[in-house]
Amino acid sequence: MLTEYMARKYQKDKKPPVDANRIKDRAAIMGIGQTKYSRFSDRDELDMACEAIKAAADDAGIRVEDIDGIEAFTIDRFAMPMLANCLGLRNVRYSSEVTGGGGAACGVTMHAAAAVVTGMADYVVVFRSLNEASGQRYGRGDGYAQYMLNAVTPHYGYHWPFGFVTPLGWAGVWGKRWMYEFGITREQIGWWPVVLRENAQKNPNAIYYGRPITHKDYMESPMIVDPLKLHDCCVDTDGAVAYIVTTVERAKELKQRPAIIMAAAQSAPIEQEIQTIYNRPSISGLVETWYMGQELYRIAGVGPEDIDVGEFYDPYSIGGILQLEELGFCGRGQSGKFIEGGDNIRVGGKIPVNTSGGLLSEAYIHGYNLVIEGVRQIRGTSTNQVPNAEICMVTGGPGVPSSGIILRR
Amino acid sequence: MVEYNKGIPIMRPFIDQDNQGYWDAVKQHKLVFQRCKTCKTFYQPPRPMCPSCHSQESMEWVPSSGKGIVYSFVNFTTDRMAYPAFKLPYSVVLVEMEEGVRITANTAEIPAEEVYIGMPVEVTFEDLAPDFTLYRFKKRGA
Repeated sequence: MLTEYMARKYQKDKKPPVDANRIKDRAAIMGIGQTKYSRFSDRDELDMACEAIKAAADDAGIRVEDIDGIEAFTIDRFAMPMLANCLGLRNVRYSSEVTGGGGAACGVTMHAAAAVVTGMADYVVVFRSLNEASGQRYGRGDGYAQYMLNAVTPHYGYHWPFGFVTPLGWAGVWGKRWMYEFGITREQIGWWPVVLRENAQKNPNAIYYGRPITHKDYMESPMIVDPLKLHDCCVDTDGAVAYIVTTVERAKELKQRPAIIMAAAQSAPIEQEIQTIYNRPSISGLVETWYMGQELYRIAGVGPEDIDVGEFYDPYSIGGILQLEELGFCGRGQSGKFIEGGDNIRVGGKIPVNTSGGLLSEAYIHGYNLVIEGVRQIRGTSTNQVPNAEICMVTGGPGVPSSGIILRR
Repeated sequence: MVEYNKGIPIMRPFIDQDNQGYWDAVKQHKLVFQRCKTCKTFYQPPRPMCPSCHSQESMEWVPSSGKGIVYSFVNFTTDRMAYPAFKLPYSVVLVEMEEGVRITANTAEIPAEEVYIGMPVEVTFEDLAPDFTLYRFKKRGA
């Protein structure tokens, strides 16, 4: 696979036939729910999760107690059974947790879909709730260390002693190499945050609603970790998002237009670590995103040219931009040029991205806010709607075991 | 170059069965990498099984030349993403060693603004406590 990746080729004939994938077109995202996104929630995560899940059930038109499956993150801050107790769930038949941090943002969708198409559960709730702004910030130096000590992290021992403790720093290392190898400029990178901030101006739920920036503002913003400036960084957020996954047959009986899951995948190929992905032949790319993308296209039977709108996990601008290369929306090393001026990634462009403002300008709910924006695009109810959007890609990542889904009407 | 703020502990490595040999060597001011005896491939970080030949008996510690080049780096210039035990600015370099593996570390005697991709560097060691040693990279002639 390494040879295929380095040449950015893919051999379809070695893979099992698409009909071996039982998720394709059989599961759908129905109800979506969220709390207010803020910088200070003054509530705990369990409290917010309950609100978002109730909202998602109401939106789907099911009773909360119809939920019989729970899909969680490995880094949630409360015990999953307590959540079931709060919601009064009496028949939870399926539950699981998915690893990979933000890389799992759509991996959870895949697991939930697998559960409903195999009959392990009828209605699986997928949720994420966090106080990343007012609570213990794992995106910050001391916070991350404390946070991740509970996880399986011996490999951080090769980095933390050097004051190398934050996701932004880890990304800066491969980002700098990528810029060096392909001559990507800071001016080019700036267009991603600028376009996302424009998108947020149409979304009253966005943290940065009412606070536009220009490209000049971007260029003049302070450097956080070279090469990343202030506006390259995601917006730490308090809030919760939830959605309900069920089968397409059941979804058709419910009140919303279903967002049908055409494909779902999560991958961790070639010397994968949690963000410190430095012992690969090349660190100026995201092999996990490439592999996940190839799987999505193969299963869904579509290509990048068929995607009407993309919601790409961008905890920092370069993480979103580089996905455009790995998912085939532009050539290798061409993403800087591709986003210059912003027109290619605005609504009406070749691939409109992060239409709600994304992780940089709407909210950072670990990518779950991207999933529900993807659902809104398919329903036609986004505040920044891509006209007649029929197929939407959503991703989790980057630099961790990365996941993605393709949704359709 | 790295200087510390007093009173904040520097985080230590996590030592387990697989990397004990690596950190024991560092305490003796030596850098070693893990190599498979059978397929002669170096691996970092250390692990209990060779991912190529799947042997669990063939991994051995091989001394490093200590030399490499800066493959990429970041400079921490604001406290927002830095670890508070470190005085600003400080560099973290990703060094590609002559053995082919890459490791991160701080620099020694190199001002942050002078670090560049492709810079030839070599390893040096600093004892931070009787039981705690870290490696750093300093400039070397090409």
